[in-house]
Amino acid sequence: MAKRTPLYEAHVAAGAKIVDFAGWDMPINYGSQIEEHHKVRKDCGMFDVSHMRAVDVTGKDAQPFLRKLFANDVGKLTIPGKALYSCMLKEDGGVIDDLIAYYFAPERYRVVVNAGTADKDLAWMRQQAASFDVTIADRPELAMIAIQGPNAREHFWTAFPAGRARTVLLQPFQAVEWDGWLVARTGYTGEDGFEITLPAAQAMAVWNKLKDAGVAPIGLGARDTLRLEAGMNLYGLDMDESQNPLESGLGWTIDLKDPKRDFIGRQALAALQPARQFVGLVLLDRGVLRSHQKVFAPQGEGETTSGSFSPTSNKSIALARLPVGVELGDTVEVEIRDKRLQAKVVKPTFARNGKAMI
Amino acid sequence: MSIPAKLKYTATHEWAAKNAAGTITVGITDHAQEALGDIVFLELPEAGRQVKAGQECAVVESVKAASDIYAPIAGEIVEANTPAVDAPESVNKDAYGTWLFKIKPSNPSEYDGLLDAAAYEKVAAEH
Repeated sequence: MAKRTPLYEAHVAAGAKIVDFAGWDMPINYGSQIEEHHKVRKDCGMFDVSHMRAVDVTGKDAQPFLRKLFANDVGKLTIPGKALYSCMLKEDGGVIDDLIAYYFAPERYRVVVNAGTADKDLAWMRQQAASFDVTIADRPELAMIAIQGPNAREHFWTAFPAGRARTVLLQPFQAVEWDGWLVARTGYTGEDGFEITLPAAQAMAVWNKLKDAGVAPIGLGARDTLRLEAGMNLYGLDMDESQNPLESGLGWTIDLKDPKRDFIGRQALAALQPARQFVGLVLLDRGVLRSHQKVFAPQGEGETTSGSFSPTSNKSIALARLPVGVELGDTVEVEIRDKRLQAKVVKPTFARNGKAMI
Repeated sequence: MSIPAKLKYTATHEWAAKNAAGTITVGITDHAQEALGDIVFLELPEAGRQVKAGQECAVVESVKAASDIYAPIAGEIVEANTPAVDAPESVNKDAYGTWLFKIKPSNPSEYDGLLDAAAYEKVAAEH
């Protein structure tokens, strides 16, 4: 049987359509996915992301361990609560997972990984930890609620007035802990907001309090179109163990500044001559872009990695891996059901902060 | 879920209605639009095309997925609901009011062999 989050009953009661996602019974929508999408861009909404896994990494070697394990450098996190986005790579540069790492002290970090890869990630982390003095503690008992949208913070403060003073000064990618909660100014929508990690036993009460403050529940369907519009990669579609971050639009997360930092995958990336680049596509003809559609450019063939209808721009958009040499503004052809349709190559940020950018 | 008694149905979730002129109007059922979610794109067949029963002849795409639409019976496509292409969400709003195409049947009796509302209700309950 599929796993259920502590909020499962709330989703069913709200009329959610439940689907299997990475072995979890999750709400895909509560009615109209497009309406939910607009709500987050224009006001705010909340997501149950309790299926994601929190992992605490503590001990004397926590920092050197994570500097070895992650392609981004946790060494640059010096303010307690600051976070960064990183890939965890194999020796050959393939992406094991993407994650967020929170710094609390040089001997204490929190890592949040994807639901579908959590068990694999933990096994890899434990295997790599053998020669380090660290403790890796899986925290499956924690629930996570994301509240996202231009008015997300205000609605959170309406529901939890005592939280205002603690969170009002948080910068993006910064978090604060109190009473067993971790509230971070992070998200996966391209909008402002918080992600709240809290004990599962409190999840239902917090969810209901946010609901009473006027925050609508949003399903995984809208979460996907929101992140796609924001140009944020989805593990398993836009990158995986067979792809490297440099050809997945994630070069900005690879920190090479410290030449002595020998993170896993560094040598493979250094030897790599990227033949493909990661771009955005906007369909010019009518249709809907999806993942794994063939793309034809004068420089060669490529492939869409994820695509959908973009409710904010009312166009069809995709992320794609295309040959190096294709330039922004070029027109390429995408094969959809044996037809070749025209698409424009764009920077892969389609919408953010309530507005279409294409 | 609405399943009007006056219509005929297929196991692949199309509805069919017989017109006075003998043509058959085809759309997708309320159950199908509900399962697909927000519909954002319709690809309809060209008039004049010959189709076999069960042959793919249109595509309905929602935010979530693309779904093939099959001809309930054999015949010639005589008309497609081209205005609906500009308002694909009308299929969500009114699945039985938003037809997709009309077929002139090769064999008019084929229509009678389609599922009735009671039989389709069983199919819809399973899928």
